[in-house]
Amino acid sequence: MTSVNPYLALSAIIFLIGAAGVLTRRNALIIFMCVEMMLNSVNLTLVALSYQWGNLNGHIFVFMIMAVAAAEVAVGLAILIAHQRHTNSTNIDDINLLKW
Amino acid sequence: MSWSLLFFILIGAVSVAAAVGVVSSRQPIHSALYLLMHFVTLAVLYITLDAQFLAAIQVIIYAGGIVILILFVIMLIGSNPVPGDPSIQTWGPFVGLGLGLVLLGSMVYTVMLAFDGVPAAPVGLVGGEPKAVGLTLFSQYVLPIQMVAVLLLVALIGALLVARRPKTDVKTTRSREAAAD
Repeated sequence: MTSVNPYLALSAIIFLIGAAGVLTRRNALIIFMCVEMMLNSVNLTLVALSYQWGNLNGHIFVFMIMAVAAAEVAVGLAILIAHQRHTNSTNIDDINLLKW
Repeated sequence: MSWSLLFFILIGAVSVAAAVGVVSSRQPIHSALYLLMHFVTLAVLYITLDAQFLAAIQVIIYAGGIVILILFVIMLIGSNPVPGDPSIQTWGPFVGLGLGLVLLGSMVYTVMLAFDGVPAAPVGLVGGEPKAVGLTLFSQYVLPIQMVAVLLLVALIGALLVARRPKTDVKTTRSREAAAD
C-alpha cells in the first residue's frame, strides 16, 4: 500500500478507544491496559510516518517509548499491589490516599 | 481495491475489535487476552510498514513481557469484577461518548486527507531491518539508549521497593519458632 492515511486513521480510532477505557472503567488493571493501548497507537503513528518519509528516527522513538512503557508498567503494577495490600480493592475510586 | 488494502482492512478490523474487547470486558483476565491479540495485530501492521525489527520487539516486549506481567498481577491480586458506584452514574458518560465521536470524526477526516498525493519516500525504508536500526541506535542515539538503560534499572529497583511487604509482616522461621516457644 502506498498511502499511510489509513494507518493514521486506525491509530486515531485505537487511541480514542483507549482514552474512553481510561475514562470509563473503574478497575485499575483495565485502566493500565488501556494506557498501554494508547501508547501503542502512538507507536503505530510514528512507524507509519517513518515509512512515509523514509526516515529511521521514528523507529528509534518507538523503541524509547517501548522502554518507558515497560518501566511504567513495572512501577505502576507494583504501586497497585502495594495499594491492594492495604485496602483489598482494585477500584480506582478507592485510591484517594493523597486526596486532602 | 488492492490486496494490500484488503489485508490492512482485515487486520485493522481485528485490531479495533480487540481494542473494544479490552475496554468492554468484565473480567480483567479477558481484557489481558484481548490486549495480547491487539499487540499481535499491531506487530503484523508494523511488518506491512517495513519495520521488521520493531515487529519482533513488539511481540517480545509487549506480548511476551508486559502482558505476562499483567497476568501475573491479576493472578496475585485476584480478578473480582469491580462494582460500579450507583451514586456516581449520571448523564456524563453519554455526553462524553458524543464528544468523543465528534473528536474521532474530525481526527479521521483530517488524517485521511493528510498525505493525499504526497508520494512515499523514493528510496523506501530499507532501515526496518535490525542492522540499520542498530547502526542508527548506536551511532546517533548513544546517549538516549544509555539513559533508557538507567531508567530501566531505576524502575526495577523502584518496583521492588514499592511492592515489597513491610518488614513487620514478614514471618521468618526464627520469629515463628519464637512464637511457638
